[in-house]
Amino acid sequence: MNATGWLNWRSLNQEGIVFAIAVVLFIAAAIGLPGFINSNNLVAIVRSVSVLGILALGMAVVIIGRGIDLSAVAIMAMSVAWYLQLLNSGTSDGLAFAYVLAGVLAIGLLNGILVAYAEVPAIFVTLATASFVFGYVRSQLITQDAVPVPPGHWVELLGGLRFLDIPVEVFVFAGLAFAFFLFLRYTKWGRYVYFAGDNPVAARNIGIPVRPMLVLRYVLSALVSLVAGLLTAASLHSINTRIVNSTLLYDIVLVAVIGGIGLSGGRGGVRNVLVGAALIGILLNAMTIIDIPLLYQNLIKAAILLAAIIVDGFINPRDEQTAQQGDI
Amino acid sequence: MSFRERLQSWRYNLVPDHLVGEILSKRWTDNAIPFLALVATLGVFGSIIPGFFKPMSLQESTRQLGEFSLVVTGMTVVMLGGGIDLSVGSIFALSCFSAVFVFFILEQSVWLALAASIATGLLFGAINGYLIGYFRLRAFLTTLVTFIFGRALFDILVTTYAADVQLSDATSDVLDFIGDDTFWGLSVAVWAAIILAIITHVALTRSRPGWHVQAVGGSRRSAHNAGIRVRRTVFMTYVFSGFCASLGGFLIACRLSGAGPGTGLNLEVMALTAAVVGGVSLGGGRGSVIKGLMGAIIVLTMTNGLIRLGYGTGTNQMVLGIMLAVAVTIDIRWLKNRHKVLDEVYVAPVYLKMGATQSAAPGSGTPYELDNRLSEADHIGLGELEGPEDVILDRDDHLYCGTRHGEIVRFFAPDYKRSEVFAHIGGFPLGLAFDKTGDLISCVGAMGLYSVSPQREVKRLSAETSRSWTSIVDDARLRDPNDCDIAPDGRIYFTDSTKRYDAHDWALDSIENRATGRLLVYDPRDGSTRTLLDGYRYTNGVCMAHDGKSLFFAESWACRVHRYWLEGPKAGVAECVIRDMPGYPDNINRASDGNYWMAWLGMRTPSFDLSLRHPDMRKRMTRRLPQDEWLFPNINTGGVVKFNEKGGIVEAMGDLSGAAHPMVTSMREHKGFLFVGGILNNRIGRYRIAGADPNWTSPASNWGAKA
Repeated sequence: MNATGWLNWRSLNQEGIVFAIAVVLFIAAAIGLPGFINSNNLVAIVRSVSVLGILALGMAVVIIGRGIDLSAVAIMAMSVAWYLQLLNSGTSDGLAFAYVLAGVLAIGLLNGILVAYAEVPAIFVTLATASFVFGYVRSQLITQDAVPVPPGHWVELLGGLRFLDIPVEVFVFAGLAFAFFLFLRYTKWGRYVYFAGDNPVAARNIGIPVRPMLVLRYVLSALVSLVAGLLTAASLHSINTRIVNSTLLYDIVLVAVIGGIGLSGGRGGVRNVLVGAALIGILLNAMTIIDIPLLYQNLIKAAILLAAIIVDGFINPRDEQTAQQGDI
Repeated sequence: MSFRERLQSWRYNLVPDHLVGEILSKRWTDNAIPFLALVATLGVFGSIIPGFFKPMSLQESTRQLGEFSLVVTGMTVVMLGGGIDLSVGSIFALSCFSAVFVFFILEQSVWLALAASIATGLLFGAINGYLIGYFRLRAFLTTLVTFIFGRALFDILVTTYAADVQLSDATSDVLDFIGDDTFWGLSVAVWAAIILAIITHVALTRSRPGWHVQAVGGSRRSAHNAGIRVRRTVFMTYVFSGFCASLGGFLIACRLSGAGPGTGLNLEVMALTAAVVGGVSLGGGRGSVIKGLMGAIIVLTMTNGLIRLGYGTGTNQMVLGIMLAVAVTIDIRWLKNRHKVLDEVYVAPVYLKMGATQSAAPGSGTPYELDNRLSEADHIGLGELEGPEDVILDRDDHLYCGTRHGEIVRFFAPDYKRSEVFAHIGGFPLGLAFDKTGDLISCVGAMGLYSVSPQREVKRLSAETSRSWTSIVDDARLRDPNDCDIAPDGRIYFTDSTKRYDAHDWALDSIENRATGRLLVYDPRDGSTRTLLDGYRYTNGVCMAHDGKSLFFAESWACRVHRYWLEGPKAGVAECVIRDMPGYPDNINRASDGNYWMAWLGMRTPSFDLSLRHPDMRKRMTRRLPQDEWLFPNINTGGVVKFNEKGGIVEAMGDLSGAAHPMVTSMREHKGFLFVGGILNNRIGRYRIAGADPNWTSPASNWGAKA
């Protein structure tokens, strides 16, 4: 991935540092915070970062391919909200799911095609589709901000599912992480993600189907968002569309970036997502236990994200040779 | 003429196809799309919302528009500099809170509140600018993070102080005036937006910092190489954006007398959409304040209109999302493909049926019959020269010619072995002439009419003539000045071959065949340039007649020579003296025996003549074939033709071997020799003319013996 040894050392180091901070934080919280180190809380930590981590996996694949998907949270919340609304209004489960799946695929394709073929910067495409998805579903397809899961539906049952006292989303997260690891590391298409992210022009010149692969990544990210949305609805028994306006999206970017996935693409992997998710999970949990108000938590997270981006800017400086005009 | 040809001539000669390309080549077409969108938006919402244009309703919506356009103006400047500022919404909100805090809680004056607002904006702008300008972080993500940060801070502050603001009883007439009153019918917000827009526009287009912003946005690396302080310029754009957002925040504080959780919500997406919809390009360098304002009006009209039409939550975001996606896509595709579209539609051929001509083939027995005499010419500067279009000799027998590199090269008499660069003008020096004082006058392709004194001082005489009112393309500029000659009274007559193409694209002009060539005169007494004749197919060589009362000029693509009378009963009239030649005429010069030399730059071919009668075919050709497979005039064979005062052909000579002088663009007789130049040649030829006056020189015959 990296051309020179010292770069390799440094990016490894970033991941290492973050991991070390996470460990130190964990130990400090275990010593300093009452009730931190009991199995329920630990399960709560893993559970709280599961959805975040799943979303971050999708985001990671897109970022490694030198893109970004700002529509992830909108797709996650609005697709599930529409699904539940369809169920509540009496549409059969299969048909409703088919509709939603088609809708999610369509938005993923739209993102990918606009980025790949119309060559519009990813941030604008996904910003626009996020706004559109939220606005369209909220104004045309659903009637209120929060949509409940119909009683007795499999989504509700999913939320109650436990193995060894561990909620099912943790297993889903673990499974998806392993699948993404296999995809990125051992499949041809997964390697293409790195090549295209490292140097899109060179990747194209050696014959990699850069554009179809771009589309694939955005579709993948959209599907992952749907999964995350279903898990959210399962654990909360409803989906609140106001989550689109929350800072969840930035938490996802935060997990990916802080774990060491460079925003200029071509670097990082599933392990970085796990490390980032661990740190954020511990941090959020600790802040909740200390009883820091949510607003201040946002401030702290923003400050950390800012620091992460600044560090990222130093460790992965923008490559002026492969950066394109308008790449902002 | 067959029916088909008549139709073709009507279709291609009467329909002004060329205007499409000329309009597209104008930069103001970039404004046309947003302007039409603006008119459409106002029209649609104005007609479906009752009372949309009522003064009271406008009053309220323009107040909001004023605040919004301030923010958009800042965003426009940042985008022009190649960045983006997503934190405007939170800066707006925080500035609003600053003003509210200072006024309602600290109970200070409105002016102090304004100062606090602006200070907040400048501070946040400076943070953004420092991170993006000096640390070179990614603009989008950095401002996204400062946006979250600012928003979180604002939410905390608003929830903490909301009750105190409610309880405060601070009032001020100034605040009420800014928030509610009008001045000359317009609210303070609108005045602020207008004034800021004007100042920003002037600064961007007419001041050094503004040019720096545009340069950095246009090409960061080039701007850096040109010595512009790129980082500081980027820094300043964000500071300016913060300033603009803070003004907006102050105004909304005055209008609402408070700050709430909804203040500035979604403002960044709206401002971004407004700038992009207005036509400000992502990635920088293209756009203007006016475009931003147009976008602001469109976006605000749409979002407010939808609210007033009673559409529910989320409609705004939906419409903003669609507008942003469509506008960004159009912007990117348009930028990328504009020049391709232009290339496709710019060449707009016309119909022309060339008259039947006599053969120039050896042995055909016509006056145009070419022989092989020019192949015997000696060569001068072989391999040293590139493109001596015109050649001329001075009183001391030195030889001058222009070159492709924009230089005038001098070869020293008597053997013309040694040479030097006499002067560097730039462009492509074409026609040459000596005036009475010994200054060398040159028509420089792509630049204008220049003079070079014997002391090598280069001076521009003329680069433009008067503009015609009906032309879309700027026809004041001289695009392809080609040849000149000087009348006894000192006036310089010269040709400008085409209005539609630059000098190096002369081949495209031949394919289009549109008559846009001009004859112009420059008067050294008052420095004026006038257009004498217009509408010829590539005016080329110019030569004063021996008596100085008329001049000859060549019309290349029509293969004609005209005589233009300067005085006498026919003054101001041009008459065609030679028509339907077998070759394309170039420069014309006087001969020692009272006749005239004329160069042929190429020969007509039946195929190209036929293609001139099929403009549709030529149009398809220019669109679908790569340029090296186009049908061009044949310029691989040319020659030199001598004609008399009446237009009768005396003789013709050529180089049938094609080795030395395949095409000829000029020739100059001097002391019994003919010096021959060609625009694509690598030498000047010197050919001894049998029976010519061995003492005749052009300067002497023109201006008299040496003083």
